[in-house]
Amino acid sequence: MSEFVVLGDEAVALGAIHGGVSSCYGYPGTPSTEVMEYLLEYSKGKGAPFARWSSNEKTALEEGLGTSFAGKRAIVTMKHVGLNVAADAFMNGALLDIKGGLVIVVADDPGMHSSQNEQDSRFFADFAKVMCLEPVNQQQAYDMTREAFDLSEKFNIPVVVRLVTRLSHSRASIVTSTPRAENPLDKALNKRDWILLPANARRRWDSLLTRQKEMLEYTEFTASNPLKINKENTSRGVITTGLGYNYFMENASELADNPSHLHIGAYPIPEDKIRALADCVDEIVILEEGYPFVERLLRGLLPISTSIKGKMDDEVPMQGELTPDNIRPVLGLAPRTVSVSSMELPGRPPQLCMGCPHDDTFRVIKEVQAELDESTVTSDIGCYALAALPPLEVPETIICMGASITAAKGASEAGLNNVMAVIGDSTFLHSGLTGLVDCVSCDTDITIIIVDNETTAMTGGQDTILPSSRLENVVRGFGVEEAHLLTIPAHRKFHEENKEKLRKELSHKGVSVIIAVRECVETARKVKKKESAS
Amino acid sequence: MKYDIILSGVGGQGVLSLASVIASAAVEAGFKVRQSEVHGMSQRGGAVMAHMRISDGEIYSDLIAQGTADMILSMEPLESLRYLPWLAPDGILITSAGPLVNIPDYPELEEVHKTINALPSAKLVNDRELAKEAGSSRVGNMVIVGAASSHLPFSMDQLKKAVARLFFRKGEKIVEVNYKALDLGNKVS
Repeated sequence: MSEFVVLGDEAVALGAIHGGVSSCYGYPGTPSTEVMEYLLEYSKGKGAPFARWSSNEKTALEEGLGTSFAGKRAIVTMKHVGLNVAADAFMNGALLDIKGGLVIVVADDPGMHSSQNEQDSRFFADFAKVMCLEPVNQQQAYDMTREAFDLSEKFNIPVVVRLVTRLSHSRASIVTSTPRAENPLDKALNKRDWILLPANARRRWDSLLTRQKEMLEYTEFTASNPLKINKENTSRGVITTGLGYNYFMENASELADNPSHLHIGAYPIPEDKIRALADCVDEIVILEEGYPFVERLLRGLLPISTSIKGKMDDEVPMQGELTPDNIRPVLGLAPRTVSVSSMELPGRPPQLCMGCPHDDTFRVIKEVQAELDESTVTSDIGCYALAALPPLEVPETIICMGASITAAKGASEAGLNNVMAVIGDSTFLHSGLTGLVDCVSCDTDITIIIVDNETTAMTGGQDTILPSSRLENVVRGFGVEEAHLLTIPAHRKFHEENKEKLRKELSHKGVSVIIAVRECVETARKVKKKESAS
Repeated sequence: MKYDIILSGVGGQGVLSLASVIASAAVEAGFKVRQSEVHGMSQRGGAVMAHMRISDGEIYSDLIAQGTADMILSMEPLESLRYLPWLAPDGILITSAGPLVNIPDYPELEEVHKTINALPSAKLVNDRELAKEAGSSRVGNMVIVGAASSHLPFSMDQLKKAVARLFFRKGEKIVEVNYKALDLGNKVS
């Protein structure tokens, strides 16, 4: 037994290591990135487990399925929107006869600190009919990751561990338990359980539906779903899920009526426990971090005798994170006295770093745009999204990984002129390749600008999946004409030359790809620091 | 015992390493610690904050409730004011006096300082000057920790031990400079 101070993400990583994980895959995405970073660092020192970044979340999850097929345990990490990318593998993986434990760690971002939406991954677990565990602190993050591997092998399903930003990026100490050995190599032998042809898939679906009852039996009795009944108080009870537990407990000492309390940390939703609570109280207050997932089920459509207070009647804010403060009104607690500054404070939004290569590239685009009667710029997910804020304010769309190219294609084909798509190197390899193939096949009038800073910068500078020297060949291989495939240095020194090159490519009525290269200043600084230390 | 601190500053100012020194000293002193940080997009030159909770009992929430923080500790004066709603009526605000101006609408510094000085309990620290005196312009965050040290629920000795543990790889000289920064900060009244 040893004690460690770790981030929530790192607690998951340690749980996987001690849970006998053999392979670790993922794609960087705040707030999930540090799970893989810990695993990568650990495996560098010890030589095991096998840990590598993947091109995207779908390839990562499929690689994890392969590990499971071989009988070994795998962890796959991503942020919530990454699960959308991996959804095909996820929904179908649920039908397989999972052999080695497969744990999918998904970090949601309620409040959208670093994301474009606040989707709740519990819906996805429910959709695929697999189990989901949701820790509320670092200790549970460790314990539940280990438990998730066991459940995956017990019920032969992938198991989701749902994290949220505040847990992923919060540090506390954990106590670890005795590590378990890795599984031996032991390939799944029944092909029918891994080939999802319709006849097999029907049988697998039937099997998954049958196992629902066993999973439910588990969540009705697990200690992760504790129900505490106070028979003295029949007026109200509280249900918490996720970090709602922490904020409720933070305020609980002020509640004179000591309400009955059910916490849900393991899914499928423990229905009998909810009924048992409802039998004892007239009103249920429900505090959920994320969407009103349990609340929606509770309310149903038809009238019920229990009164319910939560997000769907605006007693708790529907958007953003829960906090120890915003749950006080629904609990009947007065707001705390708060002082505010006597002067007005300007906001301080994030911005591109001093000397950032993206800044130079977007200045080129902005100045060329100013010369044109009409132009359109789409952009993508990464640091360069900050070019949408003042002073640059260049991109007109930022949607999801890879959509810069495809949305620009659609806009161009609808009739817009001088359409430019700006995408980062890592995002291009994640989801931009297929869009480029679409453009080449249609000879779309588009200028794609790959801003290649030779790293995955926004999430802290992970290596891009391919060295950036190979990008040009990748693009060439798809059939982009040699004359319209350019690599330019993203530097002020070449500002006028770069403008001229962009003008020329915009006048070309077909696919042009400009790769604007310069290393991220943060990465360069880190490399320099490392070199001077060694 | 519980001691809650809001740490603030601008991305890149070393708020997280300041946090790790305090957290490490608190653990050394036998307390439970929870520290909630900001990673990702907001780190890029934007406003950053961290919640640090130190207690001898169970800590449930990662976030400090508004109106209850014992201290706001900030690397930047304007940023220190941003989190006033979290400060308890008897809490103290300690901040660097030096502005980081990377926005076009940064208010008059004098007004920022005046607003801070008007608070019931506040300390403006000339950390940049003191850091230079300690031997490196990069130890401003340790001057700020030093300025907070007399209010923290552990000793200067424990803080120094934490510094030694966190910085020993960087060499004895760097550890010494950080010690000096802590001492100089501590003398600020």
